[in-house]
Formats: sequence, C-alpha cells, structure tokens
Amino acid sequence: MTTDHKRIALLYLLLITFFFFIGGFFALLIRLELLTPAGDLVQADTYNKLFTMHGQVMVFFFLIPAIPAVLGNFLIPIMIGAKDLAFPRINLFSWYLLVIGGLLMMYTILTGGADTGWTFYPPFSTAFAKSQVVTAALAIFVAGFSSILTGLNFIVTIHRMRAPGMTWSRLPLFVWANYATSIIQVLGTPVLAITLMLVALDRLFAFGIFDPQRGGDPLLFQHLFWFYSHPAVYIMILPGMGVVSEVVSCFSRKRIFGYKFMALALIAIAVLGFLVWAHHMFVAGISLYAALVFSLLSYLVAVPSAIKVFNWTATMYKGSISYATPMLYAFGFIGLFTMGGLTGLFLAALGVDVHVTDTYFVIAHFHYIMVGGMVMAYIGGLHFWWPKISGRMYPEAWGKLAALIIFVGFNLTFFPQFVLGYLGMPRRYWQYSPEFQVLNVLSTAGATILAVGYVLPMVYFLWSMRYGKVADENPWGAAGLEWMTASPPPTFNFDETPVVTWEAYDYANLKEVPVEP
Amino acid sequence: MFQTFPLWPERASTTAGGVDALFIFLLTLCGLMAIMIFIMILVFAAKYRRSRGREAEQIEGSNALELTWSGVPLVIFMGIFVWGAAIYFKERTPPQDSAEIYTVAKQWMWKFQHMEGQREINELHVPIGRDVKMIMTSQDVIHSFYVPAFRIKQDVLPGRYTVAWFRATKAGRYHLFCAEYCGTSHSGMIGDVVVMQPAQYEQWLSGGPAAPLAQTGKQLFLSLGCSTCHRFDVQGRGPNLMNAYNRPVLLDDGRTITADENYLRESILTPAVKVVSGFKPIMPIFQGIISEEQLNALVAYIKSLNQSPEGTAGTRNTPTGSPTGQPQMMQVQ
Repeated sequence: MTTDHKRIALLYLLLITFFFFIGGFFALLIRLELLTPAGDLVQADTYNKLFTMHGQVMVFFFLIPAIPAVLGNFLIPIMIGAKDLAFPRINLFSWYLLVIGGLLMMYTILTGGADTGWTFYPPFSTAFAKSQVVTAALAIFVAGFSSILTGLNFIVTIHRMRAPGMTWSRLPLFVWANYATSIIQVLGTPVLAITLMLVALDRLFAFGIFDPQRGGDPLLFQHLFWFYSHPAVYIMILPGMGVVSEVVSCFSRKRIFGYKFMALALIAIAVLGFLVWAHHMFVAGISLYAALVFSLLSYLVAVPSAIKVFNWTATMYKGSISYATPMLYAFGFIGLFTMGGLTGLFLAALGVDVHVTDTYFVIAHFHYIMVGGMVMAYIGGLHFWWPKISGRMYPEAWGKLAALIIFVGFNLTFFPQFVLGYLGMPRRYWQYSPEFQVLNVLSTAGATILAVGYVLPMVYFLWSMRYGKVADENPWGAAGLEWMTASPPPTFNFDETPVVTWEAYDYANLKEVPVEP
Repeated sequence: MFQTFPLWPERASTTAGGVDALFIFLLTLCGLMAIMIFIMILVFAAKYRRSRGREAEQIEGSNALELTWSGVPLVIFMGIFVWGAAIYFKERTPPQDSAEIYTVAKQWMWKFQHMEGQREINELHVPIGRDVKMIMTSQDVIHSFYVPAFRIKQDVLPGRYTVAWFRATKAGRYHLFCAEYCGTSHSGMIGDVVVMQPAQYEQWLSGGPAAPLAQTGKQLFLSLGCSTCHRFDVQGRGPNLMNAYNRPVLLDDGRTITADENYLRESILTPAVKVVSGFKPIMPIFQGIISEEQLNALVAYIKSLNQSPEGTAGTRNTPTGSPTGQPQMMQVQ
C-alpha cells in the first residue's frame, strides 16, 4: 500500500481504534453483568469469555501497539530528522502482521472466543478449557511478531538515522521512551511466542510440558508467561511517559527538569522490568526465598518511576503553564499514574500481596497504570500532535470537556475497586456476594461515563478533519523538529535534512505563544 | 443498607492484624505522598498559569534533588520490603504442632479431610485459638484457597501439595473463595469457614462416626499391599517408613532431600522418580489408581508413624535399620 511511516501510522490508528472499541464493548458488558450480585445478564461461560477477550484485545491489539505504532511511527523519524524509518517495507509488513493477528483474533471471537483469561494458565488452558484457545494463542503469536519488528525498526532507526547534530543527549524523551520500549519488545516478545507455542502443543498433542499428570510443571508456564508479560507492562507505559514529557515541557514552556535522569530512568525501568516477573506469583507456590528476592527487586523498579513523577512536577515549577487539552491529559496521567504506582508498593509488599492478589485491588491497580496512565497519555498525545497529523485543530472546548469526563468516569469506575479488593472480592467472578454490590454499582456507573468520554474525541477528531481550523506548522509554539515542518509533513518530512545545533526542549530560545489556545 | 456495605473486611485470624497494620501504614504513607504531589501540581498550575508579560524561568535540573528523591524513597521502600517480608515469612511458616487438614480442590468444590476423620465439602469447621495447617492439592486445574477474613491466600496446584496456615480468633462464618480462575463456575467455587468456640468444636467433631484419617490410611496401606515391602519388623524390599517423615533421605543419585509431604506424595504416585539409595525401583506406580483423598490418607498415615508407635502397622517394636540412618526420635504428643 504505502511505505511512508506517516501513512502506516494512520493505518495503525484505524486498526487499533477498531480494537479499542471492541475491547471497550466487552468491558461494558462485564460492568453491566456486575451491576447485580447474581449472574443474570450473560451465562457464566460467556462472562469468562468476555473478560478473556477484553484482556487479549486490549493488551495485544490496543495497548501494546498504541503509542509506539501510531505516534511513534508517525513522529520518531521526524523528531530525529530522518526521512523515514530504517526499514519502511518491514514497517508496512509489521502492520500487515497485526492485521493478520487481528483477523485471527476476530475469528476467535466470532467462533466463540477463548475462556482462559488473557493469562492462559495451564493446566486449565491446555487440558480443560473447551474454547478457542489455540486460535487465540495464534492471534497473539502473530501480533507479537508485529511488535518485535516495530521495535527492531525503531532501534535501528534511532541508532543510524539521526540528523547531523542530533546527539543522544539531544533526543526528545519521547524518542528515548520508545527506544527503551523497543528493547523490551525485541528481547521479551519471543519468550511469549515460545510460551504460547508450548501451550498450543500441550493442548493439541498433549506434550505435557505444563501438565503435572505427565511430569510437567504448571509453574514453569507462569514463569515464562510473566517473564514477558511483566516487561509488557512497561511496553505499555514507557511510551506514555514519553508523551507526557513532551506535553508537560511544551505547556510549561520549560526544558524538562533533570533531562539526563529522565532518560536514564526510562532505560532503568526497561532493564529492571525484566527482573521482577515472579511478583505475580507470590501465592502461586514459589519458594519463600524466591518471593523475597522478587519483592526486593520490585521495590527497586519503583525508584525510577518515582524519579519521573518528581521531575514532571518539578518541570512545572516557575513555568508558564497553559491548560490546553493535552496538558489536562498530562495532569490526569501524572495523578492516575502516581496512584497506580503507589498501589504497586502495596502489591510488592509480600504480606499485603497475599491478601490482595487476584482480587479487584489488582484490577484497580493495573487499570490505573494502563488506562489512567497509558490511555490518558495516548489520547493526550493524539490531541497534542493532531494538528501535525491531520493539519487541522480539534475543537478545544470539546477537548477539555472530554478530558474532564474521562477523568471523572475513570476514577468512579476504578477507585471503588481498590476497596472491593481489600474487602476480598476475587477477580474474574461472574457472581458475587451481595455485600459487594454498592461498590460494583458505583464502578458500573463510572464505566458508562467513561464510555461517553471515549466516544467524544473520536467524534470531534473526525469532525475536525473537515471543519477544524487549519493548523500552521507549530500551533503550540513547541520545541522539536516535528514542529519545524509543514502540518501534515511532506512525504520525506523535510525539504532539506535539518542540522541540529540546539538541545532538546529549547524553550528558552523560542518565541512566546498566545496566552490561551 | 449500610449493614451490607462494609468498607473494611472482618478480622478473624492472628495474621489479619499484622496485614492490616502494614496496609494502614501504606495507606497513610502513600496517601500523604499522593496528596503532596497533587497539591504541588495544583499549586504550580495555578501559580504559574500562563499570563502575558511573564516568561517561564528555565531551570536545568538539580543533581542534589535527583539524588534526594531517588535515595529517600529507596530507603523507605526497603523498610516496606522488610515489613512485608516479615509478615510473609510468618504466613509461610506453619507452627510445628499445627492441626492438619487435608484439602482437595476440584472444579468446582472444596473437599476437606480432618485428621479426626470428618469430611466436609465447601464448609470448613475450625476452632478458635488453634493453629491449623491446610495441606492442599488439586484434582484438576489450579485453584486458590482464599479466606479474606484471615488475610490468607494460597494457590492449590495439581500434582503437589501447597500449604497455608492460620489461627482463627473470632467465632463466625467467613467467606472461602477460590481466587485463581478455574473455569465455568469459578465464582461458584465458594464456601464458608465456620470458626467455633473450642467446646462447640469438640461437640461438632464428635458428631459423626468417622475413623481417623491415619486409620483410613493404615487400612489402605494394608489393602493396597504396601505393607508387603514396607515392613516395620525386618528390612523389606522397600524402605522402612517408621519415622521416615521429615527426615533427610539419601537418594540413589547421591542427592539428599527431606522426606516432606510432597516427597511422600511423589513417591507413592511415581516412585521411580526419586528412589532411596540402596533400594531398587520396583514399586508400582499409583498415579491414576488411588484418588487424591486416598493419597492424603496414606500420607497422613505415614506421617503418623513419626508419633507414638501405637496405631502403626504390624509391630510395636522400634524398627531397626531405618533407611534414613537417622537417630530415632520419638515425639509423643
């Protein structure tokens, strides 16, 4: 079709938006079922399939590709002053792979779906589940290669294609973040591919690798699965941190506070993230001493996350702060990510984790990171770069309203789940004890508000493509090479390869912009 | 209305207080941290709001600040780690003389076997004030034994024993949940833990005519023919099991392991995997032949051989030539 990274980014945008609304639809059905303690809206098996498909679709077909494949694809070559990614054809190929994976996922869904949970735990997945486990695994297997190729492409591009003068210490943090993410994608995803293949072999041919009846070990699966799937959490959140760094800096009109520490923290998270996987397994039957080691390491990875929050906050100090829509999302991100991160401290504490793991506390915790953090950053980033992508401005008032609705809806949905979790409501429950109902009703109410908040931007983004105000090349007065070319940029991004002579976030030397957009 | 709208879970075990204390500490600490950050963001956003005639003041960063807000959290985190680990260490170490209850989980029910012989499904009776050790296994997929009021949870796996323990402190009926997704009726795999006053519990125990679990195990030991080789009087073709439990065993591959519940279990189901040094791998495989409940009874019986010689198979004589070569220690309770 095309090998232009900007067009491929738009292809990704269409694809993952489709899956976002599919996954969101499942989430809404889950919340509606949980409105009452009895299992009454759907059958138990249907419910189990709903949360399974919600997880699989959202993680592998929305969250993981979201920022790298859409915003990263569009922006990284421009931000470093390149004409395109290093491997434009592989870039298109990785989009096709996600399409094939997506078609397999849709096939899985339309033929009944899987009911293993997105975690595929054997021996349930290998010997007991009577659903489309193998096609679901295959869908994720294929999508994984899309992720690996995107990561590979980014790593090579960032190493080899930077414009003259664009040294590593001048890279925007968004590029650093995607670089760190790419490392995880390339090193981690193959492990998931192998693991899912073993599940399929166990299931189809009774290999018995994870089956205790045949001398296999179900805990081995959990180790392999989380060896990828914990770092995958950082695949999902690091690019969001990159977006927020750009936005906070731009709308505070300040260089990011502690640039070097911010870049280092991204790499530290990517590396340390590989060493904490068994904190998902504190009650799974691992040894006491393994649990101690993984708890300790989990606290280490919390340090660079804390550094990031403090530096974003410090960046605003003595800034010139605008409340434009992207900045509202950045505020939301910092607040919600902070809450998600701090509740991670609860979960890493062994004694507390025993009580709250596998309850709604965990659900709330990772939705604060994934949805409160990552989705906020993604939508915020879409607003920030929308003028660059589409050449049009979105309607600012609607943007602010939607940001507010999402923030309120999100908290109403997920905050009650922390309480539910500490009360002891297990996750993946189709019916539940009546004393949990009030909190579940609040959560469902929040989910409906959240749904409205997510539909709004889609509507006004589409509207703005025809009716929005035409954007000039730098409507925010932002620093960064992407703002020095036309909106939308020409095919090869720049008429002449730029030569960089300034540091990143050079707001000191940029002209002042209007008071409020 | 608000009777059915609790905001804090019941606290009914000796573990619960410690977990709650750390949780409340974390709530306070993290709450303060969050509020501090939110206030700073709001104050900065308001105070430095964009206005004409005022420009942002460029600040490069500060190594001192970076080191402070890396180092201070790190020290606090290490404190939380130690506190959480201390609780966990206690949770994972059942007291020596706990009462034992064998548990078999299956899709979708909980089956309990008391040492006294009582058997229950989806209901577990325990007395106040006694340490109870749950020795658990699954017949099919992974389940998880979760009693929120006790703040304990432990996954229950097929093919091995996992262990949890608690000491109940408050009479009442508490939720028992399966916390690891296990298929269609996962949310129906629930039950009640009934905590009783000791006197009432004794009454409950004496309720039914039941043979003690070890007694059932002994009968199996005889009827399955185990006693032909595992003899207590002379050296048989299999190791003497008197006082074998929880002692070090030298294997024929040179390793020394402890004959814990999982070893006993494995050696009954698939004996050839870890053969005791000096013996031939001649024992038949019992995997698929005996049920999990029967296996539990056998294990309970073999463990009972560590106690008084009463109720052991065959002889009252202290056996000679124990394969473990360990000094005989009698624990009379």
